[in-house]
Amino acid sequence: MDKANNTDILPLELKDVNFEVGGMRLIKDMTLTLNAGSSTIILGPNGAGKSLLLRICHGLITPNSGSILWRGPSRNEAGIYQAMVFQRPVMLRRSVAANLHFGLKSRGTPKAERDRIIDDMLQITGLTRLARSPARALSTGEQQRLAIARAWSLKPEVLFLDEPTANLDPAATHAIEETIASIKQSGTKIIMSTHDLGQAKRLADNVLFLYRGRLLENAVAADFFNRPKNDLAQAFLKGELLWWNRKELKTPAELKHRDVLKK
Amino acid sequence: MSDFSEAFAAALALILNFESSLAEIVGLSLQVSLVAVFIASLIGLPLGAALAVFRFPGRKTLVVILNALMGLPPVVVGLIVYLILSRSGPLGTLGLLFTPTAMIIAQTLLIMPIIAALTRQSTVQLWHEYEDQFKSLGAGPGETVTALLWDDRFNLVTTILAGFGRASAEVGAVMIVGGNIDHVTRVMTTTIALETSKGNLALALGLGVILLCLALGVNAAAYLINEAALKRHG
Repeated sequence: MDKANNTDILPLELKDVNFEVGGMRLIKDMTLTLNAGSSTIILGPNGAGKSLLLRICHGLITPNSGSILWRGPSRNEAGIYQAMVFQRPVMLRRSVAANLHFGLKSRGTPKAERDRIIDDMLQITGLTRLARSPARALSTGEQQRLAIARAWSLKPEVLFLDEPTANLDPAATHAIEETIASIKQSGTKIIMSTHDLGQAKRLADNVLFLYRGRLLENAVAADFFNRPKNDLAQAFLKGELLWWNRKELKTPAELKHRDVLKK
Repeated sequence: MSDFSEAFAAALALILNFESSLAEIVGLSLQVSLVAVFIASLIGLPLGAALAVFRFPGRKTLVVILNALMGLPPVVVGLIVYLILSRSGPLGTLGLLFTPTAMIIAQTLLIMPIIAALTRQSTVQLWHEYEDQFKSLGAGPGETVTALLWDDRFNLVTTILAGFGRASAEVGAVMIVGGNIDHVTRVMTTTIALETSKGNLALALGLGVILLCLALGVNAAAYLINEAALKRHG
């Protein structure tokens, strides 16, 4: 299907979104538009607000101010066109197949179709031989593949992935990236966070660069990786950000804020 | 001391012959406690899981009350049920006082809070793990509660067995609402209390041994089920 022209809920618009916990602003004045067709990778160091942004977009967290608007024709039931994969896969204490079944049942997929979809998904993700195994007995890589299969089985228009390979070895990461590429091929919009630059280069069409709750750069991937405009993004791409300090721009309040975060 | 060993020998003989007086008492005990556990689980399991999942005004108060009710003294439950079921009470016309049904009601009230509170404690941990995923999938309220109870089933078996242990071991409530009537409402614990005071140690000891074995069996079952679950589901 050609999602670029024929969408259900996309594009997604965020306007002046702020989110704070205990007086600390963790997402600051975020304004952006996400369109169908391309994969968007959210880049940034730990604590940049990548996970929060995904959760806010997906509706798991309500921001303190600002608006999140789905612009497509089915916006009133936007939830059923989305799915999310978390950093640590959430496995129900059931078999692999039953984990897939639960997702389909929750979304109201007709009974008659469930078994066929489950078989297909197991095959595509290479989990068929494990269908009857308890999901929690799987390796972390297999669990994450199952989590992605469960999300994909819902045929979402938008799939959110929160650092899905953060805990995985290179082989498992490779398998997950291949699956994500297939999901993109099938017409699903990928919105994924990562702090792995190589992975971002492999998967991104567009990049959102976040730093301490702010969106510092929103660019086409090639432009971002070749000519990042923001100085913090330049430092991040050189792998220097963790010890890099933009001292001249910091007010005492911000420094204090950072100390609070450290604690 | 010879009194004691004689009584013990007589008790063993009673058990080994499985005498009808003993069998009747053990049977009624099991019947009352099992039915009470069944009804209490039917209410307590979903209630506990719902308290773990849903946010509503007064939830915290309800949780505190439920936890406090875990330590409810059986004699107080007996007294309350007695007052409700006695001739002049609100449900006096049903004529349930001094029947096994009254005993089931009392034991259900006694252990329902235990099952609900323990279920909440157990499922709330699972819910912390599942919450985002379930919200993401859009699971409905009924689906969520059912899924939590099913996925936590091995822990909940222990919870139910704890309820059964409490029910089968209590004496105060069934004594008051049952009246310890021979062949009608006499159960193991009330018989032990009565026969001990009468000096009929053989029957009392025999029932005591059976009660102990029951407790041991229940705990062994709970342990084995948990072991098996850990092995399978990690």
